[in-house]
Amino acid sequence: MAFRSATVETMAAPRPVWRGAVSRSLSLLAGNRKAAIGVFLMAMFVITAVFAPLLAPHDPNAGIYLPLLQPAADHWLGTTSDGKDIFSQLIWGTRQSLLIAILAGLFATIISVLVGITSAYLGGIADHVLALFTDIFLILPALPLMIIIAAYYRGSGVWIIITVIVITGWAYGARQLRAQALSIRGRDFLESARVRGEHSAYIILFELLPTMTSLIVANFLGAAVYSVLTAAGLQFIGLGNTEELSWGTMLYFAENNEALNSGAPLWAIGPGICIALLGASFALLNYAFDEMGNPALRSARRKRGRRATHS
Amino acid sequence: MAGAPPILEVTDLGVEYGGDMPLLAVDHVNLVVRPGEFVGIVGESGCGKSTLCFAIAQLLNPPAEIVGGTVMFRGQDLVLLREKQLRALRWRTYSVVMQSAMNALNPVMTVGQQLRDAFKAHASVSNREARVRGSEVLRLVGIDPAHLGSYPHQLSGGMRQRAMIAMALIFSPELIIMDEPTSALDVVAQRSLMVKIRELQRELGFALIFVTHDISLVSRFSDRLAVMYAGEVVELGSTDQVFHDPKHPYTRGLLSAFPSIRGERKPLLGIPGNPPDLRHPPRGCRFHPRCPSVMPVCSVTPPPEYAPRGGDRVRCYLYAREEVDHQLQPIE
Amino acid sequence: MAFIIRRLEFFLITLWAALTINFFLPRLMPGNPAEAMISNFHGRLNPQALHALEVAFGVNNNENIFAQYGEYLRNIATGNLGNSLTFFPVPVMQVIGEALPWTLGLIGLTTVLSFILGTLIGMIAAWRRGGAADSVLPVVFIVTSAFPYFWIGIICIYVFSLQLGWLPGNLAYNVDGSIALSWDFLGQVLKHGILPAMTILVTSIGGWILTMRNTMITTLSEDYVRMAKAKGLGSLRVMVLYAGRNAILPNITGFAMSLGFVLSGALLTEIVFSYPGLGYILYQAVTNEDYPLMQAIFLIITVAVLCAVLLADVANALLDPRTRERS
Repeated sequence: MAFRSATVETMAAPRPVWRGAVSRSLSLLAGNRKAAIGVFLMAMFVITAVFAPLLAPHDPNAGIYLPLLQPAADHWLGTTSDGKDIFSQLIWGTRQSLLIAILAGLFATIISVLVGITSAYLGGIADHVLALFTDIFLILPALPLMIIIAAYYRGSGVWIIITVIVITGWAYGARQLRAQALSIRGRDFLESARVRGEHSAYIILFELLPTMTSLIVANFLGAAVYSVLTAAGLQFIGLGNTEELSWGTMLYFAENNEALNSGAPLWAIGPGICIALLGASFALLNYAFDEMGNPALRSARRKRGRRATHS
Repeated sequence: MAGAPPILEVTDLGVEYGGDMPLLAVDHVNLVVRPGEFVGIVGESGCGKSTLCFAIAQLLNPPAEIVGGTVMFRGQDLVLLREKQLRALRWRTYSVVMQSAMNALNPVMTVGQQLRDAFKAHASVSNREARVRGSEVLRLVGIDPAHLGSYPHQLSGGMRQRAMIAMALIFSPELIIMDEPTSALDVVAQRSLMVKIRELQRELGFALIFVTHDISLVSRFSDRLAVMYAGEVVELGSTDQVFHDPKHPYTRGLLSAFPSIRGERKPLLGIPGNPPDLRHPPRGCRFHPRCPSVMPVCSVTPPPEYAPRGGDRVRCYLYAREEVDHQLQPIE
Repeated sequence: MAFIIRRLEFFLITLWAALTINFFLPRLMPGNPAEAMISNFHGRLNPQALHALEVAFGVNNNENIFAQYGEYLRNIATGNLGNSLTFFPVPVMQVIGEALPWTLGLIGLTTVLSFILGTLIGMIAAWRRGGAADSVLPVVFIVTSAFPYFWIGIICIYVFSLQLGWLPGNLAYNVDGSIALSWDFLGQVLKHGILPAMTILVTSIGGWILTMRNTMITTLSEDYVRMAKAKGLGSLRVMVLYAGRNAILPNITGFAMSLGFVLSGALLTEIVFSYPGLGYILYQAVTNEDYPLMQAIFLIITVAVLCAVLLADVANALLDPRTRERS
């Protein structure tokens, strides 16, 4: 006969509430260096986008300067082959690039959450079908599909880019969320909610989702990285609206005008760095969230204890 | 058995879990094991018994680490040895059996391959010899040697546990440390495993440290019992003594907490309160907030170990005077 | 094995989905843009080929949609995917046939190499935790894995080709060279392949390192790793056979699942380097509104990715005895 603690331990049923989840996340975020760098970068970009008219020294679309000027006091990054100021273009381009990243990331995450979690929660045939649907979209090669759709709608601008990104990008997150939801699904606190007679929608929204906040946020950040890179890629090929200004279209023009060979490498390198940094800031935040969810991943300084492991 | 020099002497062992809020999971533990002895370590979940196991075997993972004390085994302090030196001792002289065989066996290797690994790590033998020995130890624990080619997930829970014990026996070590090997099994399988373990011990003569939360199961087979609470060994003595004449108030509370099938009906007493949070342990004796016999001194300083009359060791001020009295008596 | 059969079913379903998407997309677009393209072909193609195109793109016909669909599928089955506009009158399959080996060679090899190397590095990084490297490496690789492939390509061209002149920055072989089975040709291919390969490797390896490091860290805390150490097994053995072999399993599936993404980046790299693989052909198709070519490339790439997924599944079954039973 086993002796347990001869006392009655109160069953602490975890009841995560939205408010708690958010404040917990924020406080953990503050103490993490990677997150700090990511937040800093993000803040810089947001400020640049919002205050673009104030920050840009010139009108980015005004081709009134001498073409292909070298970097100088007047034009920090030089001018394009059309005589436009590169630096101003870079600043104004922040708007569209940031917009695409956030909107596409948001919509893709919403669909991921809807499909992934519902699929896991409903189970049975519905789950089977939805999971199959997810897997198909996961496997279908994104770039060729996006290119075809964008090519048909050539030149229609930002919304087509956002749409194709969402169409090809939601599946990865849906799969992850479904996997995690499945593992949570059997837990007691959900069962007790069901027994109490709560509606499925209530259970999903107020019991299940709060426990998955960190994964959902991580998903959004991952989708944002994907959006930044993909949008840049599509615009680079010329499928964005070349009339609109963004870092990707800058690269398109730079490539088509042989920026590297014409002695204006910054025309190509500049937007590239910005794309990379924006992607990196999302990625850093993403990794910080990963570590928050799984403390074992944090880098630990090896202590000079009595026994160093794996020596 | 008694009278032979001990093969394992743990003195003053301490284990700390580092981190933002460090806690002492094992504190000032003393333990002596003689050749061929069956020592049971009992306690509830979280009392530190598994940590003690791993600490003795030098298998702690970070953030846990040994912060004090010695573990003398065959004349060497294991704590001071480096991994390379330890490796020479591992498995040949002492081995470990873990709680959940499903988790302790590599899922992608067959039982035979894992047995062979253990064997070849310490002896240069051919694959054939390894297979022969593998079949031998499987037979010892009652498993058909055909299972050398099985994967862990293909065996039943009881068989997996036996396979682990077989693995521990490959070199017929002097000491085997078992961490709750029966906890994952049903009652019938538990008992049959215990009987088999006792049989093997009689036959092969190894000393055994057996950790469990099930005091009634182990007390049927053990020679001595150690009772742990909140990281400390609070009582140590022969199984007979601890079970029928428990000294420490915690042990007493424990044993009165469950009914016996035979015997008269007694009211179940239990112990009020909860085990302490080791990040903020109580001042003085760790058990004092729940102790029915608490005295003023108990909440001030932690009690040392005393040698009570009729017992081996107990960590309780109730026996301080007894020891003094005892010391005034002539030693037989 | 029932397991493999189930995966084959998935293969076929996904392929069917891709075909169906190809079929309906042009029909869904407002003012079918394919019409202009088809009229371009008029008079330049024999009637059967023209009709096949019309069926595929939903132009100029009054047959009911199911009949069209059936015909479309039959055409695909016989390998008739139409003619390319860019390389007129070469049939699309031929264009793809010439470009495919380059892509398989460059992207195929590099991606696999990147995965293997990344996994090894990640495994060792997790094993040696706590050093100075462990705090720096993850950050470095998080950042590099967020870089756009084609931009790294541009930098590589600028630095190594234009400025330093060490390596050629475009094409698969010299401009004046010709395809031949000779050492000289092989040398050219290798030389031209270094920069694009490096680009793909550098950008994709970060992801593999990080995922392997993460799964390895989780695996290292498993009981069977502790048990392996308890048995006194050598470090290398424990790291590779006990920890590594278990840690890699989820990553093999992960590799298959993220192939689409890796492939996209790699295709863009081809474009930057004007490397004559599928990516570059796709780029030209886009510029020329060559829809038959675009759709065909989409199909071929789908098949390629599905094959890779199938291979990954087989690898999984080989490495993990539990999956064989699960079916």
